[in-house]
Parts: sequence; C-alpha cells; structure tokens
Amino acid sequence: MPNPTESPAVEVVELQLETDRLRVIGVPRRRVDARAKVTGQTRYADDIFLPRMAYCKLLRSPHPHARIQKIDSSRALAHPGVYLVLTGKDLPIEYGIIPVSQDEQALCLDHVRHVGDPVAAVVAREELTALEALDLIDVEYEILTTVSDPEEALATPEPRIHDYGEEGNIHKRVNLEFGNVDEGFAEADEIFEDFFFYQGNTHLPIEQHASVAIKDPEGKLTIWSSTQTPHYLHRALAKVLEMSPAHIRVIATPNGGGFGGKSDPFNHEIVVAKAALMLDRPVKIGLTREEVFYCHRGRHPVLMRFKTGVKKDGTITGMHLQTLIDGGAYGSYGVASTFYTGALQTTSYHVPRYHFQACRAFTNKPPCGPKRGHGTVQPRFGQEIQLDKIAEKLKLDPAELRLRIAEAPNAVTANFLELGTVGLRECIRRVVKISSWNEKFRKLPEGRGVGLACSAYLTGAGLPIYWNAMPHSGVQLKLDRGGGITIFCGATEIGQGSDDVLAAIVAEVLGVTTFDIRIYTGDTDLGPVDLGSYSSRVTLMAGNAAMQAAERAKAMLTEAVGARLDVPKERLRFADQRVFDSAAPEKGVTFHEAVCLAEARFGTVGTVGSYTPPRSPAQFKGGGVGPSPTYSYSAAVVEVTVNPVTGWINVPKIWIAHDIGRALNPALARGQVEGSVYMGLGEALMEEQEFRRLPKRLSHALVHKFPSILEYKSPTSLDMPEIVVELVEEPDPHGPFGAKEVGQGPLLPIMPAVANAVYDAVGVRVDEVPITPEKIVKALAEKKAGRAPRFGPTYFPDVDWPEPLRVPPPWEGGDGRAVNEVRRSSSQRKEKVLRT
Amino acid sequence: MMRLPLFEFRAPRTLEEAARILDGEGTSAMLLAGGTDLLPNMKRRQQVPRTLVSLRHVGGLKEAQLTPSGLRLGACLTLADIARDPRFRNGASALWQAASQVATPHIRTMATLGGNICLDTRCNYYDQSYEWRKAINFCLKKDGITCWVAPASSKCMAVSSTDTAPALIALGARVLLVSRAEEREVPLCDLYNSDGSDYIRRRPNEILTEVLLDSLRGWKSTYWKLRRRGSFDFPVLSVAAAVQLGNGGIAQDARIVVGSVASRPLVATEAAKSLVGRPLDEEAIREAAALAGRIAKPLDNTDFDMSWRKKVATEFVTYALRELRGEDVRTERQRLTRYPFV
Ligand SMILES: Cc1cc2nc3c(=O)[nH]c(=O)nc-3n(C[C@H](O)[C@H](O)[C@H](O)COP(=O)(O)OP(=O)(O)OC[C@H]3O[C@@H](n4cnc5c(N)ncnc54)[C@H](O)[C@@H]3O)c2cc1C
Ligand code: SF4
Repeated sequence: MPNPTESPAVEVVELQLETDRLRVIGVPRRRVDARAKVTGQTRYADDIFLPRMAYCKLLRSPHPHARIQKIDSSRALAHPGVYLVLTGKDLPIEYGIIPVSQDEQALCLDHVRHVGDPVAAVVAREELTALEALDLIDVEYEILTTVSDPEEALATPEPRIHDYGEEGNIHKRVNLEFGNVDEGFAEADEIFEDFFFYQGNTHLPIEQHASVAIKDPEGKLTIWSSTQTPHYLHRALAKVLEMSPAHIRVIATPNGGGFGGKSDPFNHEIVVAKAALMLDRPVKIGLTREEVFYCHRGRHPVLMRFKTGVKKDGTITGMHLQTLIDGGAYGSYGVASTFYTGALQTTSYHVPRYHFQACRAFTNKPPCGPKRGHGTVQPRFGQEIQLDKIAEKLKLDPAELRLRIAEAPNAVTANFLELGTVGLRECIRRVVKISSWNEKFRKLPEGRGVGLACSAYLTGAGLPIYWNAMPHSGVQLKLDRGGGITIFCGATEIGQGSDDVLAAIVAEVLGVTTFDIRIYTGDTDLGPVDLGSYSSRVTLMAGNAAMQAAERAKAMLTEAVGARLDVPKERLRFADQRVFDSAAPEKGVTFHEAVCLAEARFGTVGTVGSYTPPRSPAQFKGGGVGPSPTYSYSAAVVEVTVNPVTGWINVPKIWIAHDIGRALNPALARGQVEGSVYMGLGEALMEEQEFRRLPKRLSHALVHKFPSILEYKSPTSLDMPEIVVELVEEPDPHGPFGAKEVGQGPLLPIMPAVANAVYDAVGVRVDEVPITPEKIVKALAEKKAGRAPRFGPTYFPDVDWPEPLRVPPPWEGGDGRAVNEVRRSSSQRKEKVLRT
Repeated sequence: MMRLPLFEFRAPRTLEEAARILDGEGTSAMLLAGGTDLLPNMKRRQQVPRTLVSLRHVGGLKEAQLTPSGLRLGACLTLADIARDPRFRNGASALWQAASQVATPHIRTMATLGGNICLDTRCNYYDQSYEWRKAINFCLKKDGITCWVAPASSKCMAVSSTDTAPALIALGARVLLVSRAEEREVPLCDLYNSDGSDYIRRRPNEILTEVLLDSLRGWKSTYWKLRRRGSFDFPVLSVAAAVQLGNGGIAQDARIVVGSVASRPLVATEAAKSLVGRPLDEEAIREAAALAGRIAKPLDNTDFDMSWRKKVATEFVTYALRELRGEDVRTERQRLTRYPFV
C-alpha cells in the first residue's frame, strides 16, 4: 500500500478500482448446487417417495405403424394390486410443443406410429405389479405399411402417418431465397457441390425421465418432473386435462442432464397427472432407458446438398443448401428444426446470396426434435467440411480462408439476422496458436492429421414457442430483514448451471456472495415464467431479468442508505456484504442494515425484472427461427490418428476456443465447453440412433437397433482426449455483464473438425457421421481403386418444392419481408393462436 | 426402472449343499455368482430361473493357489482379484489382460471368473428387453422360432463374448465341474458347443469350482480385444495367443484362439501349428495370421460391420505375435484400450 500522506491522489484512484472490481463475476467458483450434487442430496424426480404412492407403467406399441382396433383391459384391471388402467379414451385431447403441430396424444387413441408409442397405462401398488399387468391388456391392431426414412416417405404418400402437414408423409417444406444465387454462381471462379449425411443420435442424459404427480391437499394438481420446460408442460397439462393453469403446479426437479431431451411435454407426465387426480394418490413413473429412446426427440438424421460458389480469394458468392430431414413419427419441435437446418449458415462467413430448401418427412420411428445445437449441427457439419475442400482447391490454409471470409460484428446477414459481437477471428487465431496448427497441418506423417472447423450459435431464440407479447423471462427478488436474498425464477437447472448464473449476477450487483442467496427455480407456483432451458437462452434472458431485478433492489437500498449516511447516491458502492461510501470506504453499513433501512423507508423490499429480446428485422414467414439477441462463436482443432489398414481412429487431443462474451463463472463455462466436446466426439465417432427392419416377408418390424446405454455407443470419461479450452471474452452489450452462450455452440465444430482431420491423416473424406473405421476402410479402398476417395451420400432425391419466398438481402434494399408473400392479418393470426 | 421378476433365493454355505439344491431343482435353478450377467438378463426376461442359488457364501471358491504343477483358480475369484494379482503377469499375462479389460472397474469387483466362463452368449436380437423382443416376435434362442441373424438357420448363432475363456484356452486351461454325484475335469476348449442356445456342456446340476492351469514356464501369452470403446464394452473380436519359445526364438509350441466371432471360442489349430519349429519372423507371422483369420466368420449380430471384424482378426493375430516375439506394440494397444495396464 502506498503511504497516504505521500501520495493521496494515487490512493484514491486505486481505491476506486478496488471497490469497482467485480468480485463474483469472472471468478472461477464452485457452483451453488455443487455440494448437494456431490453429496447425493440433490433430489431428482425419481428420488421422490410419498406416502400411498402408486406406480405407473406404460404399455407401448410393439408395431411401428398400426390402427388400434380394440383394447380390452379387463384382465389387467382384475390383477391384484392394480388400481387403474387408462387408455386413449381417457386422454383424447391432442397436444404438442408447437402450436401448429398439436399431433400427440398421451395414450394413442386409434393410431400407433412407432414401436414404443404408448397405448395404455397401468397404475398399481407396486411397479412390478404394473409391469406384469401390461401383459394382461389385450390390444388388437391392424398393421399398416411402414415408412423407415424420408426417401421412403416421399415415395409412400399413403397410408399417411398424420392427416396434417404438407401432403402425404411430408410434414414441412421450406423454400427461402435471399437474393439470386444463380447470379452468385455466375460470378464464382469455382463452384462446389457436395452431399453429406448426418445420422440421428440421441441426448443420452444420465437421468432417465421421471415424474410424480399428486392431487394436493386442496385438490389441485402438483407434478414434479424432470423437464427442461416447466412452463410448456404447464400449458400442455392445462390443455389436455381441461383445467385452469392456476390449479396446476409444475415443479421441474433438477435434471440429471437434458440436452434438449426433456423439452417437450411428454405423454408419461400427462398420464401420471391424470391418474393422480383420478385416484387421489401420488402416482410415479420412472422410465427405463429403452423408454427414453422411445421419447427421443433428438438429433434429426439429415441428408444435405451444399452448392457454394467462391472467388479465387475465397469470397463466397452464393450458397444453395437443401436438407432432407427424417422427422420420426411426430411434429415435436420439427417445424423449428426444419428452419434451423438453414438458419445459421450465414452467421459465421459472409454469404451474399443464399437459397435454402428443406423438407421434413414423417417416418415410423420415435420423433426427432432438439438436441444440443438444434438443427444447426447437421448443416454446420457439411458447411465446414466443404470449406475444407474449398481451401484445398484454392490452395489456401483452412484457417486463413476462414479468417478472410469471417462475418463482421454487428452485421445484418442475407437472411436478416442481426449479429452482435463476433469473436470468430479471435477464436481462429487462438486455436491456431495453441494447437501449433501451422506446424501440423499437412505436415504430420501418414496416419496422423489435424482438422479445423468453426461454428456460431444463438444466445437464446428470439421468439417464444407460442406467439405472445410477454417477456421471455422474469425474476422476482425478495430481500429480508436478515439480510437474506431470495431469487424466484421459472428457469430450470438441468445441470448447465443456471441457478449459479442467477445467484452470481444478483450477488455481484448487490455486493454479497452467492452463499447469501437462496434460489427457487423451475416452479410454476413460486417463480415468474421463464420459457425454459433450451436454445441457450437462460444466461442471457433470465440473467438480464435477474440483473434488472437486482438493479432495482440496489436502487432502493441506495436511496435508503444514502439518506441515512448522507452520502450522494453515485458515491455508494455495494461490495463485501457492505454498502459504503467509495470516497471513504470505512463509512458504510452492512448489507443487512441496508435492507432494514430500505424496508423501513419503502415497506417490504421486493423487486421484479424481466427480459424480452429485441425485435428482429426478419419479418418474412419463417424468419422467426434464427434471430437471437447475439451469437456465440467457436473454433476447434482436432488431432487424430488413423490406422491405414484397419481404419481405427483415435483422438489424442482437441483444442477449442469459444467466444463467450464474458465467462460469468469460468469454471462452469469451461465445463460446458468440455461437455460439448465430449458430446461432439460421440456424435463424430460412434453415436447412432439406428433402426432395423427384419426381412419383410417374415416380419413388419421396424425397431430401434439397440435402445440401451451399453449398445448405443457413447464415449465415457475414460475415452476422452486431452482438451485445451480458451475462452475468448469480448463482452457483448446484449448479455448480462457481456455474457453470451456456451452450452451448445462449442459442440458444433467438433464433428467437422474430426472429419477434416481424418482427411489430413489418410487423405479420404467421410462425408457423414458417425465416422467409423469401417467407413474409412471403404473410402481407402475407393482411393486405392482410383475412384473418389470418399464415403458418403452421392445424390439428393427430387423433392416437389413450393414456390420460393423471395426476400431481398439488406444490400439489395430488402426490408426483411418477402416480396411475394401473402400476409395474414394480425387478427387471423391471433385467432389461430387461440385455437391451438 | 427395469424390475427383476420374483424368484426364490438360496444361499448355501457349502459346496455340497449348493450341489444338492441344484440337483433337486433341476433346470429351474441357476447359480448366481457376481450376478453381473445373470441379473441384467433376468431384468430383460432372457433368463427367468425360479430359484437362484448364490455362491457368495460357499467357502473355498475364492483361492488362487500356486502349486508346483501349476495354478488352481477358484471360480469365485473376481476379475478384479485377477487383474490385481502380480502372479498372472508373466506366463499367464493373457488371462490378466483379458480380466483387466472386462466391463468396468465396478463390474470387475463383482464379476467372477466362473461367471465369465459360463457367460451367456450374446446377440443384438437377444440382449434386449422383453418388450423389444416382443416387437420382433422373439427369436430362436428364447421364446421365438426364427433366427433373425440367419433366418434359414435352425441353430442360434449368438456370440460367445467371454474375455477370459479365449485367454484361458490359449493357456491350456481345464475346469473342474462338481455335481452332487460326481466331479469331472474338462479341458476348457471342450466346454463349449457351436450352438448359441446350447452353448455350454456344463450340466444344469454342475458347479464350476476351479480353473486349472499347468505350469507356464517358458510360455509367453497375450490377449487383444476389439470393442468400440477403449474404456468398456463386450468384445466383438478377440485374439489370445501363447507361445513357448526355445533357443534362438524358435517356437516349440503355440496356441491361438479367436474369440467373439462364433458361438464358442475358436481354436486356430492350423495357425498355431504353422508356427512350431520356426522363429516368429515376418513370414511366419503373416502365414499364421492369414490361417487364423480364415476361421473367423463373424455374423451381423454384434457391434461393428462383420466383414471389417474379420479383417481386424488378421491384424490382431499379427499384433499378438509381434508382441510375443518382443516387439513394442504399446502404441497399438494404447489406441485400443484406455486402461493403463499396458
Ligand atoms: C455393462 C457390462 C459390460 C460387460 N462387459 C463384459 C466384457 O467386456 N467382457 C466379458 O467377458 N463380460 C462382460 N460382462 C459380463 C459379465 O459382467 C462378466 O462376464 C462376468 O465375469 C460374469 O460373472 P458373474 O460372476 O457376474 O456371473 P453371473 O452373472 O453370476 O453368472 C453368469 C452365468 O454363469 C453361471 N455361473 C456363474 N458362476 C458359475 C459357476 N461357478 N459354475 C457354474 N455356473 C456359473 C450363472 O448361472 C450364469 O448363467 C459385462 C456385463 C455388463 C453388465
Ligand atoms: S443368433 Fe439368431 S437365434 Fe440366436 S439370439 Fe441371435 S437372432 Fe436369436
């Protein structure tokens, strides 16, 4: 410390810096729920045991596609210990996560659409009894023709899996044109056309879904469930049970992982709610791993065709992307997923003209939907591999190519996405440096290689799932006389650390520690709505709401303390559990005293905060998917070894840089990046949601190949390579303390980087995931035979595309609307919302 | 959660008592050792014994004795016991490597050697829940009439998936089978049938009590396992090899066993014979690898593509023999397995 008598001026400056220093934000901390988790005290849904609790099991369809002709549950009902058998007749109202896809029934009434579709529910005293009784329910089916993939769906319009959608078994078609790509191709020096296939895969959270429902003492419904979206479950329950939402309480228990797999309202949740109300007893269901595979709504299998024109220097002149999407048996988030397969292609590199066509088909398999990176993972895989091919042809280093074409900060893209800060270049530079890319790329011995890829991702979807004008996130704050602070928020802790983020933000603003804060989240009775833990939205949206509530509380305390201490408000600081004069830090009160002063002055101290994302300039139909307050960026380098005889692949090391804006808790942020790398590696190398047909003359079966956590291959912690994580922090004005997302983005570059590394190692392209040794061996054989050294799809089937919506990009004078769109009036739109 | 069916549980304290119960119950009883195979199978209703006879409290089955003539291993030694025991790191290292690569650390502390030898055969159409199997109308091995792997076949082709059996066969192991009335010693390679349903020649009333190994002086052995993940997974191909090297590195005797490509471990007699009397040079290795690879006829009922598995069989024999002649193959091994035992 400098001597105050000698240099007073210096001391004031230093003191100010000291009092303004962030004490919680940016400091690596143990997360607020860590103790409960590591000591086994976290109560997951399946840990709930209540007196008189009954157990529920679902009878699921053994047929991939059939009409239910008759259900006779009398034998099951007569089984000792059985309390109740429910069938489709008891819950006929259709629901679904998206207003335009209300196509699910909690128990299928007359039509089953995949093996595993629930047909009846048994509630019994013991789980084993319920299980035994399932075999006593007699169901007669009429078998229907099955559709196993989108190409079959295109060729098989009848029988229809659903009686809505575009036509036949096509659920959704999209055709959007942002500028004339043919002009773009005419300007190009080189045109690249490539086909890619991204196999479907599943979330695989360690916690299997579970729910417990009760008729509470007052006669209302309460349900505890492992859901990422309590608000949407709340709405679905109200709809199907025909109850006022005011009489339903949804409590999202901490999720043992979600990754998007717990973001739909699920049939089992509705069934136990109904059963609890009917029996006036707690009813529990815990799904088996196999049943989780049937819930699925994971990564869509997507076939892609990328046509891209470039100038010699790498500048992209136009891009045409087509995607064919295997939706599975229900809509789920599928309409959004369909748009997402083309929404973010423009966010990382400048694409002046862009044509996007997508088609999602229904098939007789468990429905697909959002999994970490929702819909953007598949086209990112294609785009980043194609860039690698482009770089090679143009004789450019892949990192250099990307640095040249990276999109500028605050740009508005061809499809009217407004970007915020763009740390892409910095990510590339950092990852190139820490991986010693320049010493490795195309320089390693045969059988060893490195690959690079980048990505961008949303920080929260700009629009809610159902049309409404209310905030996306709300927070209530209660400050009590004991100096305690309680946060109430609908946000759901799914392991990603959202509770910690809320606590950190409030603690920082009010100058306390996260230990001084209590958090009640994911409970529709206790906290204001937060739309849910999906689309990487919680840190930014609930975080901003928390920040606003905390700032409002701070203003009240400031006023009360300022009056008491007679210090101008601007001079007051909140830090170290005190409120004090920054000019004379010893002059102050404890935080506890500050709350008492505020309560004495204003009455009970409570504040609220909320957040609504900015309005997007993308006003064309379909423009609701893609906008976000800001986007995160990542760049990764993967090193592989490939055995040239067996094709065996090994990944010794991965380097990744992620542009997070600001890491609120760097320990957690790194965990998210590592978790993404882990998941990405699984998708790259082994994960497959694969189905098999039996010989058609003998069987109509269409079953999941291996719905078990042993045979559905996913890497374990021991299989992980060394990972080096760099966080690029360039605060974004949209995020709380400048924070952007980190939960999903870092997954995206991993798969294409692995593919590019395999090419660097042995000179063959595997243009699909998973990249397995068998495929590498096949590609090596092609290479040896003098054919194209690759493994992957070779064509894109004909799709009857609708007329494109023409949206001129900003630089062609576009205003974000389609020039050929017939617009519905807003009253029509409202009517539609009410109907759904 | 998946639930066990109801069963009667018996916990005998002596071998005689266990043998007596088994004799009385007939085929409706099954022995329970670590339960890491049997209990999951019961949850999936692949096996639904009315009575479980636990071996946990039966004395004398957990010893590993080094005798002048060789080794006697109690059937209830756990795989973790074997993986830990330095006595297995020389001649018997194939056994040690095989045991160390079974499943996960948690499972190895439960899993026994006897259970591993008697492990049920595996198949993608069979190792599924009751509900899943119902959706394919079951299969020949259990409750059904068709083999979905080979619909024309009247025999089940489920795969022998034990890691220790190929290793033990390569080491020339015998097993002791004890029933109420008799006791018999059987060479391990004769314990198995080429039939995925009726895969083991152990009679229902017999208890496997011991594994017997002759002295392995002068022998070197190794075990190579193929699986998707280096951390854990059942083998989908394995190669156990043992050679007795004499002066000048000339092979005096050799055994090669290919596992997990048929309903029983396959003894590659021709391949082993081709090595005898020669040094393990490139040509000898190439020849033996080709001969051993020829007998591997994997089917499409495990993880990975079957033709690729066959290709790897040849490679693995090569790795094994190169390792046995003293080459450093640690890099190959490290890329296949995540255990630090190499
Ligand atoms: C996730 C997982 C992964 C696995 N991975 C592997 C793997 O990589 N490699 C592998 O080889 N195995 C694997 N296994 C299977 C199993 O764990 C091992 O084979 C184990 O050694 C079986 O031993 P146990 O004592 O648990 O057998 P149990 O389950 O108790 O018994 C298995 C069978 O042997 C019979 N039996 C047991 N002891 C005797 C005896 N003394 N005499 C006669 N019959 C007997 C039982 O009746 C039963 O039929 C895996 C299992 C799981 C759950
Ligand atoms: S090999 Fe055939 S009979 Fe045997 S388990 Fe597999 S499908 Fe069933």
